[in-house]
Amino acid sequence: MKILVGVKRVVDFNVRIQVKADGSGVTTDGVKMSMNPFDEIAVEEALRIKEAGNAEEVIVVTIGPKAAQEQLRTALAMGADRAIHVETDDEIQPLTAARILQALAEKEAPKLVLLGKQAIDDDNNQTAQMLGALSHWPQATFASEVEIEGDKATVIREVDAGLETLSVDLPAVISADLRLNEPRYVKLPDIMKAKRKPLETVTVEELGVEHVAAVKVLKTAAPAKREAGIIVESVDELVAALKEKGLI
Amino acid sequence: MSKVLVIAEHDGTNLNGSTARAVSCASDLGLDAIDVVVLASDGSSVAEQAAKLTGVTKVLLVQNPANEHAVAAFLAPQIESLAADYSHVLAPSTTFGKDLMPRVAAHLGRPQISDIMRVESAMVFDRPVYAGNAIVTVEAPEGLVVGTVRTASYKAVSNDGAASVETRSVDVNLPSHTRFVELQSGGGDRPDLQAASKVVSGGRGVGSEENFKVIYSLADKLGAGVGASRAAVDAGFIPNDHQVGQTGKIIAPDLYMAFGISGAIQHLAGIKDAGTIVAVNKDADAPIFEVADFGLVADLFEVAEELEKAL
Ligand SMILES: Cc1cc2nc3c(=O)[nH]c(=O)nc-3n(C[C@H](O)[C@H](O)[C@H](O)COP(=O)(O)OP(=O)(O)OC[C@H]3O[C@@H](n4cnc5c(N)ncnc54)[C@H](O)[C@@H]3O)c2cc1C
Repeated sequence: MKILVGVKRVVDFNVRIQVKADGSGVTTDGVKMSMNPFDEIAVEEALRIKEAGNAEEVIVVTIGPKAAQEQLRTALAMGADRAIHVETDDEIQPLTAARILQALAEKEAPKLVLLGKQAIDDDNNQTAQMLGALSHWPQATFASEVEIEGDKATVIREVDAGLETLSVDLPAVISADLRLNEPRYVKLPDIMKAKRKPLETVTVEELGVEHVAAVKVLKTAAPAKREAGIIVESVDELVAALKEKGLI
Repeated sequence: MSKVLVIAEHDGTNLNGSTARAVSCASDLGLDAIDVVVLASDGSSVAEQAAKLTGVTKVLLVQNPANEHAVAAFLAPQIESLAADYSHVLAPSTTFGKDLMPRVAAHLGRPQISDIMRVESAMVFDRPVYAGNAIVTVEAPEGLVVGTVRTASYKAVSNDGAASVETRSVDVNLPSHTRFVELQSGGGDRPDLQAASKVVSGGRGVGSEENFKVIYSLADKLGAGVGASRAAVDAGFIPNDHQVGQTGKIIAPDLYMAFGISGAIQHLAGIKDAGTIVAVNKDADAPIFEVADFGLVADLFEVAEELEKAL
């Protein structure tokens, strides 16, 4: 079977976000960009499924500007077999992203689509579920363990109440949570090898996907700042302070 | 007439507290009616609890054996068939709502507004991005609005309502491609993290599962819920349902006490709305002190022990 994995280029998780003074967004010029950490986990999981003999091919796809090919190359260096770049300079929202992935899934006929549970830029946590709905496929979100057996997947999901296990028929869409695995480090020879792996470019139009009514961002603001408080010198002082506030 | 439908979160017996917070957000929309739908296999007691929520006009009870567990692939088509009567459909942004609502939205061909933290008008909302390090004001396109509510931004509505409960039968074909297997619950008798007014949290600094007893013991003395950083969960000190942060639970207790947590932005994203933050860390330069109301630079084990005695 084939596995399709979505990866997104985002501001690196270590970057301290700066909101632009004019409210038009956050500063991305000269800021370190990386693969969304959840997507890296999705790529790793796909590779492990393949290495366990449960898949033949891992295809990575990104939707974004030319520069997003960097993230595809990273995924290829990790071990993905080939890459698809859906090139666009437009801001793509989850419903459109899901439609694009649906179009690719119809073309490539994967048995499994693996996505990160959320992108750490817009924090939407929507695309996998939307793809599930559009394709009428089962979904297993926030996965911390995936087991493939024939035409089924058993997935342990991280939910507020604990760990939930679902069994789903394939094809299915699974979204990766942080504890699913620890992604491998890419080695230099792999980066060289990745340069020779196939990377195909398509446009949103070529896939026949139209833009849908989108949510409009009116402005971007910095969050209310918490003022740093005081350093107390002893437990007694702490207890007195909390008592005064009526907290204990 | 415009109405909002709020999807109730529950475990079959109890209405989850997140529902009352989502109703609070729904009240801010200023619409003509707020309905709550309880999708359950046997949900009359949950429906009664929902009917008491202040501001609710009507509770719809949709009973189906397939609704015994909250499986998004089963719930979404049922909600989709109810949505035609509404201008807004909301659910709490808990793992329940996060899993379910995008599936509902996509079925209906609508985008979703995730994690609504403030209602500016019926079509304009504030929501956090970049782990809460920026807040965007967004406008939903004309038509049905589908959204999830960042529960930490809202206080639960009170319980002095008396809405009517109406049983609805929803006739849709449900898929057979998904099977619920089991739920392993960390459980215990401690207060629910998302509802607790006090939370004591431990990080990597706690060092082991064994050492976490110190955190539990202090929490019990305070009647507090127990939280943790991702590092503590990853290391196996404590189960995943205790994780606080961008990808864990977003909480708003009156008192949050962090022991041996450095204060990474992803962790802070979960406690921005806490009333008072106390940080105990032996590293005076730990970023947690930048947001703490009261910081104590000391060994967490000594402080926890001393504190427990002093209470
Ligand atoms: C995409 C993504 C999502 C994430 N989501 C989350 C999330 O939801 N929640 C979350 O928490 N993290 C999250 N993280 C991880 C986050 O970046 C940090 O790695 C994590 O929060 C660190 O946990 P910690 O503070 O316990 O550990 P550390 O950063 O290692 O800090 C341990 C602290 O303990 C102190 N300490 C050690 N011993 C003692 C002692 N005896 N007494 C007092 N102090 C002591 C040390 O000084 C140190 O400050 C996420 C990361 C990524 C990339």
